[in-house]
Amino acid sequence: MSKIHVTTTINGDPTEFLCEADETLLDVLRDRLGLTGSKEGCGTGDCGACSVTVGGRLVCSCLMLGAEAEGQEIGTIEGMAEGESLHPLQKKFIEHAALQCGICTPGLLVAAKSLLEHNPDPTEEETRYWLAGNLCRCTGYDKIIRAVMDAGKDMREAS
Amino acid sequence: MALDSKSELREFKIVGTRPLRPDGIDKVTGKARFGADITAPGMLVGLVLRSPHAHARIVSIDTSRAEAVPGVHAVVTRADFAEPGEDVADILDNCMAGAKALYDGHAVAAIAASSGKIARDALKLIDVVYEVLPHVTDVDAAMKPGAPVLHEGRTDETVPEGLSPNVISRHEFGHGDIEAGLAQADRIVERTFQTEATHQGYIEPHACLAQMGPDGQADLWCCTQGHYMARNVCAEILGLEQGQLRVTASEIGGGFGGKTTVFLEPVALMLARKSGRPVKMVMTRSEVLRATGPTASSSIDVKIGMTKDGRITAGFAELRYQGGAYPGSPVDMGSMSAFAPYDLEHVKTIGWDVVTNRPKQAAYRAPGAPMAAFAVESAIDELARGFGLDPLEVRLKNAAREGTRASYGPTYPAIGLEATLRTAKDHPHWSAPLGENQGRGVACGFWFNFGGDTCVTLNITPDGTVTVSEGNPDIGGSRASMSMMAAEELGIPYEKVRTIVADTGSLGQNEVTDGSRVTFAVGLATIEAARAAIREMCKRAAMVWGIEPEAVEWVDGAAQPAGPNAGEHPPMTLAEIAAIASNTGGPIAGHHEANPEGAGVSFATHMVDTEVDPDTGAVKILRYTVFQDAGKAIHPAYVEGQFQGGAVQGIGWALNEEYIYGEDGVLQNAGFLDYRVPVASDLPMIDTVILEIPNPGHPYGVRGVGETSIVPPLAAVANAVSAASGVRMTSLPISPPKLLAALHER
Repeated sequence: MSKIHVTTTINGDPTEFLCEADETLLDVLRDRLGLTGSKEGCGTGDCGACSVTVGGRLVCSCLMLGAEAEGQEIGTIEGMAEGESLHPLQKKFIEHAALQCGICTPGLLVAAKSLLEHNPDPTEEETRYWLAGNLCRCTGYDKIIRAVMDAGKDMREAS
Repeated sequence: MALDSKSELREFKIVGTRPLRPDGIDKVTGKARFGADITAPGMLVGLVLRSPHAHARIVSIDTSRAEAVPGVHAVVTRADFAEPGEDVADILDNCMAGAKALYDGHAVAAIAASSGKIARDALKLIDVVYEVLPHVTDVDAAMKPGAPVLHEGRTDETVPEGLSPNVISRHEFGHGDIEAGLAQADRIVERTFQTEATHQGYIEPHACLAQMGPDGQADLWCCTQGHYMARNVCAEILGLEQGQLRVTASEIGGGFGGKTTVFLEPVALMLARKSGRPVKMVMTRSEVLRATGPTASSSIDVKIGMTKDGRITAGFAELRYQGGAYPGSPVDMGSMSAFAPYDLEHVKTIGWDVVTNRPKQAAYRAPGAPMAAFAVESAIDELARGFGLDPLEVRLKNAAREGTRASYGPTYPAIGLEATLRTAKDHPHWSAPLGENQGRGVACGFWFNFGGDTCVTLNITPDGTVTVSEGNPDIGGSRASMSMMAAEELGIPYEKVRTIVADTGSLGQNEVTDGSRVTFAVGLATIEAARAAIREMCKRAAMVWGIEPEAVEWVDGAAQPAGPNAGEHPPMTLAEIAAIASNTGGPIAGHHEANPEGAGVSFATHMVDTEVDPDTGAVKILRYTVFQDAGKAIHPAYVEGQFQGGAVQGIGWALNEEYIYGEDGVLQNAGFLDYRVPVASDLPMIDTVILEIPNPGHPYGVRGVGETSIVPPLAAVANAVSAASGVRMTSLPISPPKLLAALHER
């Protein structure tokens, strides 16, 4: 079976790739494009470690086909910082010690950024429910929730 | 190395602060390279074929059809491995089945191909003929005579006649006379408790990349808690010299004990040897759940006597743990830890190690202790409440303290259990009001902690910065802690030190990252390595000044004359000494190699409020506070993180998580949808109180903190559910259907 040619935009970069028809977006990102920041924790959409945005919408990239990226705007963890300048969420995750091993961190950051874009002033409960699709086994979520809410506060004050 | 005598008065400058971790930016930007994030030129993809049966004799394996597929470069079965030495025989058999497949998911063959797609398709062309055998997955069933037998001849001399050959060993601990103690009790509680197997649940599946040349030199990259362990085990299985196999630890995406052994690594090396190409292997989540970890399941009888004023007169427990298909469940540690928090005159535990047709258990955070604590702490809670006594007061009345003879033998030095209990009692959480269907529970927990082989090398660079090389994968911020301790000793800023995890070619032997040992043992070696470097730097300054090295002391990051007799010399900073090192004898480094004793036991008390929904049996965690002795918290934020993470894993164990086997012995919930770990919306904030009762065995007083935190929550949650609902749950997890049934029976 011949491969599919896909033209898309990833983190603002025009990107082309060839993929199999049954290849997930996550596999394309990791294995074809070298964007290994998105992680595969389950491959079934249950852990959120592969979270990306597609046209601004939060998606598990393991549940989407690479071919479906055609014409889309994809956002991954690699596009979150601007040059040397970290996104406020990235800074707050480090400051609050919101990561221990760090494997869930890219997915959580992408999901949290999406939360704050949809709801710049979330309550703790709203934050917990938005991030309920992102598993973290190290932290018990406490410091993650604090980091996200603190970043939201800083971003509101800065805007 | 003992606690520095000045330590209690010592003013730390860096230890106890919260600097940013050195690997933080890599981990928030996606740059950090975990097990599956590396590639090699010409790399093949390796996949494993796994048994669909819980127990089966492998009659034959025909790989010829798979080998004929274009793009397939190697197929491996057990026949490719030489007969292993006794110490790695079970490890190899678990990585690649021999005569029998012993559990659902047991590896029987592996393939390396030029793409994942080719490998997946070719895997289906390996023809395995199985003779399916009867199986057993329950610990109590496996012990009975007539149960399906996994291995013949593995039972040791501690086991009496008449039990199934699945019973491997019997362990006994304690002192005093149980019957005499029980005779003094006003009330005796006797109950049986069950806990299901739970998985460590690290989010990163096992992954590795292996390559090997025909000259016997090999390289392995893997996510592991111990790359030195991986080197030693793989070298023995593959017949390599340890010095010829270099293992590099990737960043590790969680382990919790589950990455203290090998699963894929020997197979990847064998595929690399056969194919002559680098081979990368990555497990799926289903493979992780079916064939790695989990912890043991348990069945525990407890009998405890208490006087009406709350004194425990005797404690007895008989613990039966199944540790999967091979000997080595942590029942010995469960038996040792069950009554460790208490000062008892009469105490006895008996532990039985049992094999069943389940994946071989791997260490899981304080292995063996949480289930034992669940049983004992539940029974103590029932007695205390039965007498109308305050459960914290009862624990205080019986608490082990300095000088107590522990139930497992040794006499405790200074320990922190009482401090955690008193702090808990004074905490606002203890007196906060509760609403309808809500209840509060407490429980205590203990863990031994550990030292182990450790090497650290600390190099002073020419520009006066410092690199620390250690051999333990950083699983939760330990590079930050090592940099802090080195900076503290050297008297330089934290930012001037960079700590790396060195490969196996760079240091001597290092025990795995386990036993809550790293901040203790690697920290101790880091401090000693810094002190060795300081001695050398003082010597260099003495040489410059033309005085004796003994006349030089190290203060605030600089050498200075130790007293007026040493002469007048302005201090020489570390950077100044480093800059002229080439002219004063060459590069400067300090190193330390040791197997330190004195890890210092650690205790915790947990307090939790729950609300029980009487219509559904669902349990909500409303509030949670951890009180734990850290000895000395080097980086308090990461100590809190260990407390919080352990507590939440324990909550999952108490309420949601379990291995569910069908009648066919096949795991029915091998995915994160059905094996449900706690998610953010299940939980409140996890409050923490760090107590610091210095460990006499560490220069700064550090105790390990990683494991104790998972010991109390099972019982604390169960006790809170009992307080909320009036129902004593003796079987975990306390899932909604189970609790609802118990509520209806009430």
